[in-house]
Amino acid sequence: MGLAVRYAGLTALAAFSVFPLLWLLSIAVRATGGVFGFPPELLPWPPTAANFVTVWETMPLPRFFANTVLLCGAAVALNVVLCAMAAYPLARIEFPGRKLVAALLLSTLMLPGHVGMIVNFVTLLRLGLVDTYAGVLLPGAVSVFGIFLLRQAFLTVPAELEDAARLDGASEWAIWWRVMLPVVAPALAALALFEFVAVWNSFLWPLIVLKTPEKYPLAVGLLYLSGLFAHNTRAVAAGAVLMTVPIVVVFLFTQRYFLRGLTVGAVR
Amino acid sequence: MEARARPARAAVRTGARTGFRGLTRRERRAAAVAYAFLAPALVLLGVFTFYPVLFGAALALFDYDVISPPRYVGLAHFREMATDRYFWIALGNSVKFLLVVPVLQVLSIGLAAAVNRPVRGIRWFRAAYYLPVVTSMVAVGLMWRWLLEQDGVVNWLLVRTGVLARPVAWLGDPDLALYAVMFVTLWKGLGFYMVIYLVGLQAISPEVEEAAVVDGATRWQVFRDITLPLLRPSILLASTISAIAALKVFEEVYVMTGGGPMFRTYTMFFYIFDRGFQQLDMGYAAALAVVLAVAILALSAVNFRVFREGGWSYH
Repeated sequence: MGLAVRYAGLTALAAFSVFPLLWLLSIAVRATGGVFGFPPELLPWPPTAANFVTVWETMPLPRFFANTVLLCGAAVALNVVLCAMAAYPLARIEFPGRKLVAALLLSTLMLPGHVGMIVNFVTLLRLGLVDTYAGVLLPGAVSVFGIFLLRQAFLTVPAELEDAARLDGASEWAIWWRVMLPVVAPALAALALFEFVAVWNSFLWPLIVLKTPEKYPLAVGLLYLSGLFAHNTRAVAAGAVLMTVPIVVVFLFTQRYFLRGLTVGAVR
Repeated sequence: MEARARPARAAVRTGARTGFRGLTRRERRAAAVAYAFLAPALVLLGVFTFYPVLFGAALALFDYDVISPPRYVGLAHFREMATDRYFWIALGNSVKFLLVVPVLQVLSIGLAAAVNRPVRGIRWFRAAYYLPVVTSMVAVGLMWRWLLEQDGVVNWLLVRTGVLARPVAWLGDPDLALYAVMFVTLWKGLGFYMVIYLVGLQAISPEVEEAAVVDGATRWQVFRDITLPLLRPSILLASTISAIAALKVFEEVYVMTGGGPMFRTYTMFFYIFDRGFQQLDMGYAAALAVVLAVAILALSAVNFRVFREGGWSYH
C-alpha cells in the first residue's frame, strides 16, 4: 500500500475521533446563531471569546472548577499514599497471611462495583457523609489496581538499597519513605495521572452523593447548567470546552502512560 | 509487560504456619509492620468494597426506604421482577447493548492493525484515536446530542452524501435511539480497545508473519490464520471488559436520552439508579443489582481465566 494512501486513511480516522471535539470548540467560539441548521457553519469567523466570559461570569463555573480541582487533588493524594503503603509489604515483606491478602485484593478486580453503590450510599447516610466530599472520596480512596501497579514497581527495587538502609538502622517507615518511594516515583506518577483523569471525569458517584449544587464538580455541574441554560447552547459548549481542555493538555503531554496499555485499570 | 523476577531478598521461610503462635519474634515484628502498612487500605476496602458485597445481597431481601427500619420480605423482590414491566424493558435494552461488543472488537482490531506499523508521526495518530477515551462523558455526550439532532451536523453530512434521503431524529426516534447511544459508546471506547490490541499485536514476533509471507500467503491469509489466533488472549480480555461495560451502561444514556424516548434506552443500571437513588427503594434496587451482578460475574469468570493466565503481570 502506498504511503500516501496509508496517511489518507489514518487522517480520515483521526477526523472521525477528533472532529466532534473540534465541532464543540467551533460552537463555543461563535458569536451568534445556533448550533443547528443546514448547512452547518463549521468555521465561525471571526471567533469570539464572549461565550467563555458569559459562562465564567454568569454561571457558577469557577466554583465547579475549584470543586473539581479540590476533589482531584484529594483523590490523587489519598490514592497514591494509601496504595503505596499497602503495596510495600505485599512486595517486600514476608509475613503470615500475605498470600491471603493478595488473593482477597485480586478478587475485588472481578467484583461488579455497582452493587456496592447502593450499600455505600446507605453506609454514607449512617455515617452522616451524604452531601460531603468525604462521602465522594472515601469509597474510591484506595484502588486495588493502584496497589498492584505499585507492588510491581516495589518488586524491582534492588535489595542492596534496602539492606544498606537497614544496616544504617533506618526504621521500616524511613525505608519506605526515603529509600523505596523515590525509586518507584515513575509508577507513583502513573497512578496519580490515571486517578486524576478518572476523578476529573467522574460523574455518577458525585451525582449520587452530592445534593447541593454549590458542591458539584464540573462533570455534574455542567449537566446541571445544560438544563438551566438550555437556550444558550453556545455558553454550555464553552463550559464543556473549559472542562475538556485541561484533560486534553494533560493527556497530550503524558500520552505514553496511556498508550502503554495498563488495562487492569478498566476492570476495577 | 512481563512479570519481573522477585528480588533475591526474602526472610527465611520456615515452612507452612497455621497461626501467629508458632512465629518467632522477628516474624511477629514483620507481621506487625506489614499489617500497619496495610491497615488503612484494608479498612477502607473492607467498609466500601467487601462489606457491600455481603450486605448488598442481604439488602435485596428487605424493604428499605432509608427512613423507616428495614423490613424483611424474603424473595418478594425477585418475584416482583417477574411481572415488573420496567425490569424486562431495562434488561432487554442492556442485553441489546451487548451488540456493541463484537462491532467494537472488529473496529478496534482494525484500528490497532492500522497503527501497528511504525510510520512517521504514528504516535500522534494513536493519540488522536485515544483522545475520546480521556474526555468527559458529560462533555462529549452533550456534544453528540447536538451533533445527532434532526438539524444537526450528522444529518447534514448523511443527506449531503446521499446516504439518507431526509434528516432523522437519531435520539428522538424510538427505533433508533438505542443504536445512536451505542454509536457514541463505540466512538468513545474505540481508542481504549485499540491500545489493548496494539499491545497484543506488538507481542507477536514479526518473523512468524514474515515466514508466512515468504511461503506465499496473502496479507489477508496471514492476518486470518496467524495474527488473529495469536491475538486470542487480547480478544478475550477486550471483549470481556467491553461486555461488562455494555451491561453496566449508564452515563451516555443519562446524558443523551435520559432513558427515553418511550423507555427505549432505559437500561438496567438506569433502572437501579431510578429505584435506588430517585425513589429511595433501596431493597428493590439491591435486588436488581444482584441480578445484574450475576450476569456480570458470569462474564467475569471468563475474565478471571485471562487474569490467571497472565498472573499478576499487566497486559
